[in-house]
Amino acid sequence: MIWKEILIRYGELSTKGRNKMDFIRRLRENIRHAFADLGHLHIRTERDRMFIAIESEEQMQTLITGLPKIFGIQSFSPVAACEKDMESMKQLAITIMETFKDEQHTFKVEVKRTDKSFPLESHAIQREIGGYVLPQFQNLSVKVKQPDIELRVEVRHDATYMMAQVIQGAGGMPVGSNGKSLLMLSGGIDSPVAGYLMMKRGVRLEAIHFFSPPYTSQNSLEKVKVLANELTKFGASIRLHVIPFTEIQVLIKEKVPSNVSMTTTRRMMLKVADQVREEIGALAIVTGESLGQVASQTLESLTAINAVTNTPILRPLISTDKLEIIDIAEKIGTYETSIQPFEDCCTIFTPASPKTKPKLEKVEHYESFSDFDELIERAVKNREVYIFPKKEEQQQDKFADLL
Amino acid sequence: MVNTIYLDNSATTKPLKEVMQAFMTVNEQYYANPASIHAMGVESNDLLMRAREQVADILQTEAKNVLFTSGGTESNNAAIFGIAHSNTHIGKHILTTEIEHPSVLETVKQLEKEGYDVEYLHVNQDGVISLDDLRTKIRKDTILVSIMHVNNEMGAVQPIYEAAKIIHEMSRAFLHVDAVQSFGKLAVSFKGEEGPDCISISGHKIHGFKGSGVLAFRKKLKWQPYALGGGQEFGLRSGTVAVPQAVALAKAARLAVETMKDRATKYRQWQNEIRAQLEGYGEAVHILSTPQGAAHILSFSVRDLKGEVIINAMQKRGIIVSTSSACSSKQTKTSHVVEALHLDEHYKKGVIRISFGAHNTVEDIEQLKQVLAEVIMELKGEIM
Repeated sequence: MIWKEILIRYGELSTKGRNKMDFIRRLRENIRHAFADLGHLHIRTERDRMFIAIESEEQMQTLITGLPKIFGIQSFSPVAACEKDMESMKQLAITIMETFKDEQHTFKVEVKRTDKSFPLESHAIQREIGGYVLPQFQNLSVKVKQPDIELRVEVRHDATYMMAQVIQGAGGMPVGSNGKSLLMLSGGIDSPVAGYLMMKRGVRLEAIHFFSPPYTSQNSLEKVKVLANELTKFGASIRLHVIPFTEIQVLIKEKVPSNVSMTTTRRMMLKVADQVREEIGALAIVTGESLGQVASQTLESLTAINAVTNTPILRPLISTDKLEIIDIAEKIGTYETSIQPFEDCCTIFTPASPKTKPKLEKVEHYESFSDFDELIERAVKNREVYIFPKKEEQQQDKFADLL
Repeated sequence: MVNTIYLDNSATTKPLKEVMQAFMTVNEQYYANPASIHAMGVESNDLLMRAREQVADILQTEAKNVLFTSGGTESNNAAIFGIAHSNTHIGKHILTTEIEHPSVLETVKQLEKEGYDVEYLHVNQDGVISLDDLRTKIRKDTILVSIMHVNNEMGAVQPIYEAAKIIHEMSRAFLHVDAVQSFGKLAVSFKGEEGPDCISISGHKIHGFKGSGVLAFRKKLKWQPYALGGGQEFGLRSGTVAVPQAVALAKAARLAVETMKDRATKYRQWQNEIRAQLEGYGEAVHILSTPQGAAHILSFSVRDLKGEVIINAMQKRGIIVSTSSACSSKQTKTSHVVEALHLDEHYKKGVIRISFGAHNTVEDIEQLKQVLAEVIMELKGEIM
């Protein structure tokens, strides 16, 4: 095996000042967490890049497929190493350039000689390697300024290191570097996408889901668990708080006129979420609301709903079209799960014509006849918490000898 | 009746014990309809999903591109009709080979009646198409090329990967590969840049069950559904999904691929031994299968002798083999595959096919060699 390490270039954190070390530490932990299956990784960090030591081809493959999902990485490169003699170096250069043989490319060789005792000087090494590689590939031509491919050769004290491939990362910031928020996860298409976008900006998430048995089925809960689990692929564990919401929904149905019941339901959810947020020490609440998409997402509705709290409510999808949201959902792999047709707490008890422009005073007036606070306390207290990523499910094993 | 040795595995195979076990368990425990929303339905749907993923992994595509069907014939029909009907905006030209299975040939004939322009690639004496012939016949308006990977009557292997390269370079056509005889014997999948766009597989040829098959795609194709109803199988093929069959097929496929190398070595060894024996009979015997062909099929014919006579004589001695193709072996006319090979008239009457399977042992093959010797000696009087 020629591979020695993977070099990682930081994303936006290159611009950060004093907090930089925190960011880097965070990124390193997220990488360890994402590749926990690989055992302990040897990760060396520097001020503007990071190195993961490679022990096997399989490990290399796993990292190459997984790293593009992790936020805070601008790009990364597989680095190979060989003996410090010109013959091995030439052979390694050929092996590396094989990767690019399918298309026309411009290229140049860039040499750095850290070990000054090496007999050849940088320029001579450059000429030797370039001159050896070029005739062997019909598709390469030399270009010194801004070539497509830069074959970088570094003669260090222990060995010669070489790399050429630059793989794009996900950008963004390491999850957790921007504090924690609570995501309202419904099981629809939008909320997981909202969660993903916040994670991309370095926000650690916990999620909250409202569960109304027997009106909503175990299936809809399972679906939300799968979605929460999907989101953990982007580099952090997620806790899911499942709120028993039946009591509250039934009381709303009985006591509040049907055309404002939807607004009240959302207000109660937000109240519950806000209490959970406080308990877990999150700073904000994230929703998948997108302006005008449904009756509860008009400006008037959002205002009436928002009135229950001063906590910042982050709505990353507010100006995004449905089709754009679906595109992202497909890209991050949550779409297929989201469209499974199970009733959730938002779709049962849906009034025929919910108000798109609810008046806050009216809503408050209708709510004033019942004591919701006690029920909210109880719902928050009786919530169930699940932690993701889940260990390999029992289910996996249940079917194993059938397949 | 002597102890029977089954050597007609290209016609069908005996299901493996593990596959039957899985089939029974699924029928006993996960019999709920995978489309039901109750917990039991969800469970059998999970199992179906796992089976689909497993087949997808083996074929190197995504689960959403794997369709469970009732077998090779349905898969071939669906692929050909599906691609043909949904690409008329590009053209109506279809290419296939003259030695395909009837489930391909009859389907393109039907398309011909519908106004499609169908052309056939010829094969040489070894039963292999010529890539130059393909280059000549392919056109800008070709929409479908259907080529079987391994021929069921004599084992010829077609260069499907080279063909794919030519097809995709010269046209917008899809390559459908009937891999019913090759899957589990040779590597066939969507791996790499160039290869089939669409693959048919049958369960009962890989020690799974009759009535189960797969049609898989490299990437999602937009098709008209061909069985209307509840919208199962991504809306293409309605009908309650047969989860036990799907699971059994996924298991059979996994076992076939896992044991492929070992079986291939074994089959080739046996094939070489029998070939050497048959070559010893000189003019009396003509071997249709070439050393470059699939290892599990050996077809030969005895000069001026009806296939049926040989089959009966071997059956009396406990060996089950078949004439060229089980599907058409009841017909009296020469098979289209044998015709395409342009054999000498003396050898056309009876092509015998020996085909190995996972249950065969070294002892079976020893017995076969002995019986072959006896039968050919006994009938040789008529030959000479």
